[in-house]
Amino acid sequence: MDKERKIKILITKVGLDGHDRGAKVVSSLFKEAGMEVIYLGMYQTPEAIIKAAVDEDVDVIGVSYLSGEHLIFTPKIVEEMKKNNLDDVLLIAGGTFPVEDIPVMKEMGIDEVFGAGSLTEPIIQYIHEHVREKR
Amino acid sequence: MKSEKTINGMILKILSGDRRMAARLITLVEDEAEENHEAMKQIYPYTGKAAIIGITGSAGSGKSCLIDHLIRKFRQQGKTVGVVVVDPSSPFSGGAFLGDRIRLQSHSSDDGVYIRSMASRGYLGGLARATHDVIRIIEAMGRDIVIVETLGAGQDEIDVIHIAQTCVLVTTPGMGDEIQALKAGLMEIADIIVLNKADLDGANTCIKNLQASLSVTSFKEGEWVPQVILTVAVASKPEDIQGIDELVAGILKHQEYLHTSSAIERVRFERVEQELGLIFKDELQKIIFKGLKGTGKKKKYIKSILEGKGDPYSVVEEILSSCLITGGEKRNGKTG
Repeated sequence: MDKERKIKILITKVGLDGHDRGAKVVSSLFKEAGMEVIYLGMYQTPEAIIKAAVDEDVDVIGVSYLSGEHLIFTPKIVEEMKKNNLDDVLLIAGGTFPVEDIPVMKEMGIDEVFGAGSLTEPIIQYIHEHVREKR
Repeated sequence: MKSEKTINGMILKILSGDRRMAARLITLVEDEAEENHEAMKQIYPYTGKAAIIGITGSAGSGKSCLIDHLIRKFRQQGKTVGVVVVDPSSPFSGGAFLGDRIRLQSHSSDDGVYIRSMASRGYLGGLARATHDVIRIIEAMGRDIVIVETLGAGQDEIDVIHIAQTCVLVTTPGMGDEIQALKAGLMEIADIIVLNKADLDGANTCIKNLQASLSVTSFKEGEWVPQVILTVAVASKPEDIQGIDELVAGILKHQEYLHTSSAIERVRFERVEQELGLIFKDELQKIIFKGLKGTGKKKKYIKSILEGKGDPYSVVEEILSSCLITGGEKRNGKTG
């Protein structure tokens, strides 16, 4: 009876970054946009994030960065994804980081980056447009 | 992913414990994908062996935190564990915020633990429609114990009783007096009643109320009498955590009772009975709505009811009698 596949998105933070308000705000937005959000919260390791992503069979992993660890953790997350063959999962990042780091993060393997000040509509639209193309 | 051959391959992987494949099939089942019937048919013979423990209780009573402790204890006993945690879907957007996994993080590097979050997707009863199948899939992975956590249940979300062999009801001090404990529904289905947050004020009164309500309930000879166990699942100092060993012992004792008294046969019978009923209801509705699709009849029926020319009971009778005669042809061997 179900018409359309629900989009599942894992929202998480990595390392010792203790600012989770942004992650909670976007989680709420995704819930309101009809997605199922698995909220992992703070202090995660790349291994734990990817294991949760496998168990939950998510379509999207969203990482929130706020304390300057984005260039350290991104390659580790991407590596874990590769190890687990999660090539059909979209990896997006949000938060606060220098603008010049965005191309670097994409180079490292993040599909799209939404920095501070991003509008909500384009994020949701991006997910809708790219989720199926990947899967 | 559609052909029978791919499904076969998928099932073989799940039977070998492959969590990625199991996770994928769970999604298919949740989404009611076309291939899920075939996959479940193949999975079914490999299920039915796990001990299934249900954890229910109101939102914020500490179900997830207790499950975190239970997983650790069962793992120490060398048992593999699967966990299904259900949270509600939004009635407005259909989305969900699944936040139980955050409490179960101490097992994130343990391959002997598989955890899956589920949104209820509008299904009433405290679980999700697909929970039956999801537990079967986890059983097929070879897990010894499956723990099912309901969404925050109030008084009547009792579907867990149809799935779990041992039902644990988690309550906290200040949730009401003896009269609340005497009410029908959720209070009745518990094999074990856990009074969590037992370090809070009012715990003594609460335990007296619970025991008083049990003392006026009649039990047949040899029947299981619910145990009341006090726990503190979260404390700033680890030594202040209480009652976990007692809870594990209580669960194991109830499992032993089920097997020695052969009550397990009844529990397993009820599980299949419920499954059968659910599948029947869904399939029947699918066939009937499929038959009406594109005919404009559904709209006509609703209009006639609104205009006072008919009533829902007569309409359903009319549709059923016409559908059931031609139902066999319409179905034409195709599911979904």
